[in-house]
Amino acid sequence: MCTLEKRGNLFLLTLTGDNEHRFNPDTIATILSLLGQAKSQSQRGSVLITTGHGKFFSNGFDLAWAQSSGSLTGAAERLHQMVESFKPVVAALLDLPMPTIAALNGHAAAAGLMLALSHDYIFMRKDRGVLYMSEVDIGLSMPDYFAAMVRSKIGTSAARREVLLSGKKIRGEEAVALGIVDSAAHASAEGVVEATVGLAEKLAAKKWKGDVYASIRKSLYPELCGILGLEATIFATPKL
Amino acid sequence: MCTLEKRGRLFILTLTGDGEHRLNPTLLNAIHSAITQIRSDPSSPHSILITTSHGKFFSNGYDLALAETNPSLRPVMDAKLRSLVADLISLPMPTIAAVTGHASAAGFLLAMSHDYVLMRRDRGFLYMSELDIELVIPAWFMAVIRMKIGSPAARRDVVLTAEKVTADRGVEMGIVDSSCGSAAETVEAAIKLGEELVRGGVDGHVYGGRRETLLREVLDTIGSDVSGSGGVRISGSKL
Repeated sequence: MCTLEKRGNLFLLTLTGDNEHRFNPDTIATILSLLGQAKSQSQRGSVLITTGHGKFFSNGFDLAWAQSSGSLTGAAERLHQMVESFKPVVAALLDLPMPTIAALNGHAAAAGLMLALSHDYIFMRKDRGVLYMSEVDIGLSMPDYFAAMVRSKIGTSAARREVLLSGKKIRGEEAVALGIVDSAAHASAEGVVEATVGLAEKLAAKKWKGDVYASIRKSLYPELCGILGLEATIFATPKL
Repeated sequence: MCTLEKRGRLFILTLTGDGEHRLNPTLLNAIHSAITQIRSDPSSPHSILITTSHGKFFSNGYDLALAETNPSLRPVMDAKLRSLVADLISLPMPTIAAVTGHASAAGFLLAMSHDYVLMRRDRGFLYMSELDIELVIPAWFMAVIRMKIGSPAARRDVVLTAEKVTADRGVEMGIVDSSCGSAAETVEAAIKLGEELVRGGVDGHVYGGRRETLLREVLDTIGSDVSGSGGVRISGSKL
């Protein structure tokens, strides 16, 4: 379902299999564990790239698993469980002591889009794949940390509206124009991954100190860090 | 260290000498005195402040070498810069930074603490260097950055890649209001802008009060951590 590979400086986290890469408690636990591994092996110059196989980066939470509980309350509980257990994944990415890049091989919807947004950089395909907050179309309300993520990473009110309220399927070019992703220049999954590797190598060459990088990253997003219970920045002794 | 000149309604504060204009306690005190002088001038509610510098640097940030030899001066420099930025935020007049050289870390912060940033395009850059020199960025710096740099991607590029931002790139990112040919042209443009603003007939007290309200979040963050020596004076009307 999910693998972590190390190639020199690069950690490559891949959502494997030609399926929707939906998040349920098992897949969430696996991703969390792999991020923990990357963190423990991180060094100066480490960079994480997250990508997927097939048509989907991720289509969000495993709603079928929620519904298979057999009852309405059971489904609601399972959904709630997934929403809560996904928070540590977002927190782990914000806390990761290395630059992070999402290489979107395909569609990123709902929690899948959240996973993408949890990275420092997002590259998308030009030709295929959309960003899609599907909740509004299937009548789900939005967790507070999803909204905080959108507020933190997406700057204009028009872009936020398009992402959160319009139920629009946003393709690469528009995603770049709206300032949601950094690039949508490549017309294949391989092209996107290659481009992210190029960026990763540039960032790796800086040999930044991981804990400083993570600290500065978190201090960019105090609202989101507050909701996730992540200490945003070191207050006590400002270092000069 | 620094000089204060008055040309009509324009106060021109210049960081003098060909050095890096590191924000050590001495320079910060000198700038504070200049600001105090400006405040006490009866013409101040109908005037403009232009801050500029001589030489290759606008300011290369805190005096890190000094902090190495005397760590007790770290919180002192931090407290004095907080005080200065709070002072600039409540200053009863528009403020213009004419950036005629490199502005790094606390020096970049100082430039951003002005209402307008004009910068030479032929050389020099704005550089939030902390990541490159393994320093954490204080929360109150981040508050200024959030207020003054609008796009999340631009903020990320500034602090998380330690990009060396040229004037034209700064204009693109919305950090710099306009890029000018050379150092002299930058100062000239600042003077021209200053004169335009004076002609607009602004009431400095109202202006300063409105600026404080706009930057309330920054003032709150500046004032909230007073672990440095002395408190931080937040002057001006609280709304």
